[in-house]
Amino acid sequence: MCTMIAEKVAIAGSGKGKDGWFPLAQAYVAFDHPFHYQAEHALTLDFVNESLGHGARVAVELPAGAARLLAERILAALSEAESQGAAV
Amino acid sequence: MANTHDYEGMVAETVPITGANGDTILAYFARPTGPGPHPGMVFIHHLPGWDEWSKEAARKLAYHGFATISPNLYHREGNGSPEDVAAKIRAEGGVSDDQVVGDVAGALKFLKSHPAVNGKAGCIGTCSGGRHTYLAACRVPGFDAAVDLWGGRVVTAPENLTAKQPVAPIDYTSSLGCPLLGLFGNDDKFPTPEEVDQHEAALKLHGKDYEFHRYDGAGHGFFYHHFAAAYRAEAAVDGWKKVFAFLDAKLRA
Repeated sequence: MCTMIAEKVAIAGSGKGKDGWFPLAQAYVAFDHPFHYQAEHALTLDFVNESLGHGARVAVELPAGAARLLAERILAALSEAESQGAAV
Repeated sequence: MANTHDYEGMVAETVPITGANGDTILAYFARPTGPGPHPGMVFIHHLPGWDEWSKEAARKLAYHGFATISPNLYHREGNGSPEDVAAKIRAEGGVSDDQVVGDVAGALKFLKSHPAVNGKAGCIGTCSGGRHTYLAACRVPGFDAAVDLWGGRVVTAPENLTAKQPVAPIDYTSSLGCPLLGLFGNDDKFPTPEEVDQHEAALKLHGKDYEFHRYDGAGHGFFYHHFAAAYRAEAAVDGWKKVFAFLDAKLRA
């Protein structure tokens, strides 16, 4: 809440949380105070399914550089998959 | 603080209180069991939620003789670990200022009607709770002291206001109804030293009773001994001393 930089997006997929795999329904993206990564702010990702309760959550906290690199590599992998004819 | 031969005790427990819109929410109430009545405090938790550190801080205040209540501002999100609930709140842009003000007003009402409380009460909070403390001190009548610990976004550019936070807290400064203590780290980015300057200028402009202290080498959250990257022992030790000196002066006189 100190930055208020937050996004919420509906997604599909699966995530592995504390109780095993579960279907994902939403992703939260924020740049704010992390819970665990040792920095004042971090890019935080929460993959959740709100209908399954608060515990259905896979959390990731990344420094900005790592987050940018990850985003680039995700897009690069999708481009490569597309060029190889994989359905994306 | 008790001497070694004095009786000393504390009760710390979850209690229901009436918050904004008449909603029942849970709060953590830590109070000394020694001879009272005691000054009251509302402890407003930070963005990471109604967590272990927040309850520890409430007990620290109680150890120093303040009957302290900490409302769970995220109660309406339902049951879950403090972190999981806070992650959802974070994604939704926080809780609304009006709701927080109503919850804090409910906590103050609880304190003022409790037989262990001497009739005086303050509020204190860190991070977003520091911002909420300032909001409450401006918008809720009845506080006798307020402690803003590095509250971010007290100064907010118009383009960064939201439906839930529609007014920059600094714009309520003329309504600040009690003395204010503010502690800030000079390496903080929320708030920056320049924003603290702006806040201080507004307090001066309106002739408010305040004292600000700023720490070199400290950023956001320098009291947080559970978060190694933020903790600054020297600033934290001095900061807590300043908090208790301020509260003793304003709430025990």
